[in-house]
Amino acid sequence: MNRATLDLWVGVFVTLGIAAILFLSLKVGNLLTVSHDPGYRLVAEFDNIGGLKLRAPVKAAGVVVGRVEAVQLDPKTYQAVVTMRIDRGYEFSKDTIASILTSGLLGEVYIGLDSGGDTKMLANGDRIAKTQSAIVLEKLISQFMFDRAANGGGGGAATAAPLPAGAAPSGARGGK
Amino acid sequence: MRPDAVTWTLRRVGRATLGSVERLGFAARFSVAVLVHTPAALRRLSLTLREIYFSGVLSLVIILVSGLFVGMVLALQGYDVLTRYGANESLGVLVALSLVRELGPVVAGLLFASRAGSAITAEIGLMKTTEQLSAMEMMAVDPLARVVAPRFVGGIVSMPLLAALFSMLGIFGAYLVGVKLIGIDAGSFWGNMQSAVDFRYDIVNGIIKSVVFGVAVSLIAVFEGYNARPTAEGVSTATTRTVVASSLSILALDFVLTVFMFRGMVG
Repeated sequence: MNRATLDLWVGVFVTLGIAAILFLSLKVGNLLTVSHDPGYRLVAEFDNIGGLKLRAPVKAAGVVVGRVEAVQLDPKTYQAVVTMRIDRGYEFSKDTIASILTSGLLGEVYIGLDSGGDTKMLANGDRIAKTQSAIVLEKLISQFMFDRAANGGGGGAATAAPLPAGAAPSGARGGK
Repeated sequence: MRPDAVTWTLRRVGRATLGSVERLGFAARFSVAVLVHTPAALRRLSLTLREIYFSGVLSLVIILVSGLFVGMVLALQGYDVLTRYGANESLGVLVALSLVRELGPVVAGLLFASRAGSAITAEIGLMKTTEQLSAMEMMAVDPLARVVAPRFVGGIVSMPLLAALFSMLGIFGAYLVGVKLIGIDAGSFWGNMQSAVDFRYDIVNGIIKSVVFGVAVSLIAVFEGYNARPTAEGVSTATTRTVVASSLSILALDFVLTVFMFRGMVG
């Protein structure tokens, strides 16, 4: 095989290989839309984070605006301290509510941010004061059962049990 | 037991130990020598290009076809399981993550070891058997620089490209089966995949794995060829050893690399 043909084939091979790496990076890894600027950090404390994992998405109105960076337990308050990294360009008001949600019944766990009406914005390192913990399905069911037993006794009444306290926003708990 | 039988047994144990230590030492010195001669291979680019052609371009067919079929089977099997949980749309995530993190580097590495690694060993072994390597030394040509290093570098260059092509074809095969055949929505197929696959964690780690496998397979292949007994049987034994040793080391290295790369994401 002469040199020109060899060069051509190797060139085709290397080009194909690099195209495959680019395909994986851009189309599969979605590198184009992932911004590389580090953004800024926000901290929130939750009573219970449920199944929240590292790198879980942080969404506002369903749009991914950041990722969970660290999850720790505060040894004094026994609350989970979640550090989020929010992409630059998204700003949230001081009275934003952070809640731990699940997409669908078995879907991924993520943090939802609901911006409030405050004109002051959260800056790097700020703590989100109002948080809503994960709804633990087992607690919800057991609470429902106890409420049914306490209210009706027989369970024949079709009235819905009052919403368990754990599911309500614990917004009254102010930031420290 | 008679004393000379004890001596005989001890002698056998001693010889076996010394033999493996010697082989290990030779392998280590050989690896260092190959690494030292690697810049020479980069200077003699035409030789290295030839080896990229033999180990890379000629492996394309098997890699592309296997990738396509692995992706298609993965999509069929994955769909079968995911549909029980109503998570059809996660098919893209399942296929992309398994291919990019594990199957791409590992299966491409195993195929590369059997397709290219064995050929390299057989070629070098036969060169040794026909005393071409000794002839080169007589002509003051270092066979490590002329024969071994270009093959080593060619393997390292080819392997990551082949693994990436394998993953790409696999994802394409899954797209064909999942979206075109089964009828999953194309938007959720790609969208879920893109939101789940991370460039740094998944793709870069996959590429690192394939580079490591490329180094391991190429090094084992050239070592076994260079170290082969100069007989027809010796060459065949060396070729077998290349395939077995590289496959086992790919699997072992994969486990170790996975532990270090993805450990943080388990908890």
